[in-house]
Amino acid sequence: MSTDIAITNATIVDANGTRRADLRLENGVVVEMGDKLDGDTVIDADGLVVSPGFVDLHTHLREPGDEEAETIHSGSRGAALGGFTACVAMPNTAPAIDSIAVVQQIYDAASDALCEIVPSAAMTVGRAGEQLAPMAELVRAGVRIFTDDGAGLQDARLMRAALEYARGLNHLADGFSVVLAQHCEVEALAAGGVMHEGEWSSVLGMPGQPAEAEELMVMRDVALARLTGGRVHFQHVSTVGSVSMIRAAKEEGLAITAEATTHHFTLDHSACQTFDPAFKVHPPLRTDADIAAVKAGLLDGAIDAIATDHAPHTRQAKERPFLSAPPGMLGLETAFAVANTELGADIEQLVGLLSVNPARIAGIDDRHGGTIEVGRPANITILDLDEEWTVTGAAMASRSMNTPYEGRSVRGRVRHTFWNGDHVVNMGEATR
Amino acid sequence: MTATWLRQRGPKHLLSMADLDRNDIEQILNLTESFAEVGERSIPRVPALRGKTIAWLFYEDSTRTRLSFETAAKRLSADTMNFSVGSSSVNKGESLRDTVETIDAMGIDGIVVRHGAAGAPHQVSQWSGAAVINAGDGWHQHPTQSLLDLYTARHHLEDLEGKHIAIVGDITHSRVARSNALGFSKMGAKVTLVAPPTLLPSALEGWPVEVTHDLDEILDDLDVCYLLRMQLERQGQAVVPSLREYHAEYGLTSARADRLSDHALIMHPGPMNRGVEIAGEVADRPAAVITEQVANGVSVRMAVLFLLLGSGLDVVDDQRAIA
Repeated sequence: MSTDIAITNATIVDANGTRRADLRLENGVVVEMGDKLDGDTVIDADGLVVSPGFVDLHTHLREPGDEEAETIHSGSRGAALGGFTACVAMPNTAPAIDSIAVVQQIYDAASDALCEIVPSAAMTVGRAGEQLAPMAELVRAGVRIFTDDGAGLQDARLMRAALEYARGLNHLADGFSVVLAQHCEVEALAAGGVMHEGEWSSVLGMPGQPAEAEELMVMRDVALARLTGGRVHFQHVSTVGSVSMIRAAKEEGLAITAEATTHHFTLDHSACQTFDPAFKVHPPLRTDADIAAVKAGLLDGAIDAIATDHAPHTRQAKERPFLSAPPGMLGLETAFAVANTELGADIEQLVGLLSVNPARIAGIDDRHGGTIEVGRPANITILDLDEEWTVTGAAMASRSMNTPYEGRSVRGRVRHTFWNGDHVVNMGEATR
Repeated sequence: MTATWLRQRGPKHLLSMADLDRNDIEQILNLTESFAEVGERSIPRVPALRGKTIAWLFYEDSTRTRLSFETAAKRLSADTMNFSVGSSSVNKGESLRDTVETIDAMGIDGIVVRHGAAGAPHQVSQWSGAAVINAGDGWHQHPTQSLLDLYTARHHLEDLEGKHIAIVGDITHSRVARSNALGFSKMGAKVTLVAPPTLLPSALEGWPVEVTHDLDEILDDLDVCYLLRMQLERQGQAVVPSLREYHAEYGLTSARADRLSDHALIMHPGPMNRGVEIAGEVADRPAAVITEQVANGVSVRMAVLFLLLGSGLDVVDDQRAIA
């Protein structure tokens, strides 16, 4: 016997803008919208915002390979608590997601997840940058995004081949243009840098990577997108130059999208003076000017989406010296609050950046993002824009606690999340 | 006038020259003078740190700095223990934090840390209750080296105010350069960094220094010509075309040494590459105070250990107490 849930007095914000309506959810879909609806369970959303569930284009779930840091279950729990109903799982697991066997393993492990896990796959076998992964086979298995994230694909000829080959796979993907997502970092120029190259790396005596290490690959892949007509998504864009090149490429009409993380528009490289590896991340935290450019790019549409680059690491891994600690930060449980607090965007823009646009980029906008309307899957999050809270790594659902926002006061909290109608977060608590 | 670092409450560490102000440095150098006198006695030993235990935690090979600290500790009658990284649990994969907490549990008063990674001593100071002394962390800092250099230079030049020091060589990869740029400028000296652009940190805004790529242009004006060790492997790393060219452009050749003022000092943190950053003959001139630097290192480290582990504060005001 099915039960239904009514969400009343809701302010709905979705791809169609803002409106007021009550909702009724049943059997995983929105079955009714109107006024003064009733249900077996009633959630009074007066003063709250009801949005399509968020979609993270960039999540490291660590399974398989490093389950002490995170599992698909623990990561999806953090995602649901952060308002996400879908996460694109990055393929830099061990083994890497570069075959349908590992894709199937991800689907299997996701059977008890609290949100949809969308596997991306490596562009090259073993993410080694030498030989293309079996892309057609992977697209048949449901993969829509390819990336060697964690590293950029250094070989320009291979990147060209990947873009051209991907163009021939659309018929296997229901006409969707397969995406090649790039972690832009020219290794020869990054040269082992562990932070941004600039005044702080100079003072602290740590090897830096210049903004140009990212920008040269953005420049190259804009050119290759032009050459091949392939679709490039730029991951975690972090510099003034990258944002302006992407903006110009979009104006030119190239098939380019981009994401930025919350940490790249809220934290700068001076944080590294603590030598706390919580602040070590690739691309590195950069300058105030870069922060301003990333914010401007998110606000004017040069950058399409906020992604988390959620990258859990165990306590012992982050207690190494800064130089040798692994890069990466948690993000799923703070992304909305940090963006709501710091970006200066209105809620319609935030819903676009966190839900509507990333759902479209990932090719899952038939069930995520978009609009809240009768007949669509009930992937919904209910937000309190005003609640203030203090970030505490130890209190997170993630198995790791490497948040760079420890102790920071933020505004905005996820009250409820529904994934296919399943009430996975209720009053700010995960239900399983 | 009270010194900020010396008077700071709570656990005290020496991690960076940035921790010290001019008055702190002067107090340390004054105390060093008293300990230098101890070193001249027939039995160069005082009971100042009897009952205190100091652990050496050296993750990087070091002969000079390690021997210097050990000699300083022995002259102060401290007990020492050596956590030898090569043969210990570190090689079995133990984390830095676990290592520090293990040593800490044995009950120690001080840890002297050398590590290849910048900031490692800062992390150690957060995980240990003991006083932590940075004996060199990556390219970042080596504060006792700077203090012994300041002591040596002050001993010869009397006052460093207005004096001109050139630090010549591989600045990017040098903790000695970062420490001395701060140390000498805090003492009122003018600091000029001399290096090819490929061996200078990318952004020097805010550094209390001037920069030149022409050593010859400033030779006449120098009171101290401080040469850094040129890592021989750098010539393969796209920073200098060859060591021969480096020597010709940036080395202290005999001809350049002849142009220095009579009172000017030639300094080097050791170990030297004779014929690369310094001509072999120049290293043996009277103006080269390189072995004196080594000798002073022991006295400076006695002062630092005593200030951090002993009743050091009481004697800053009354130096006769240790006589």
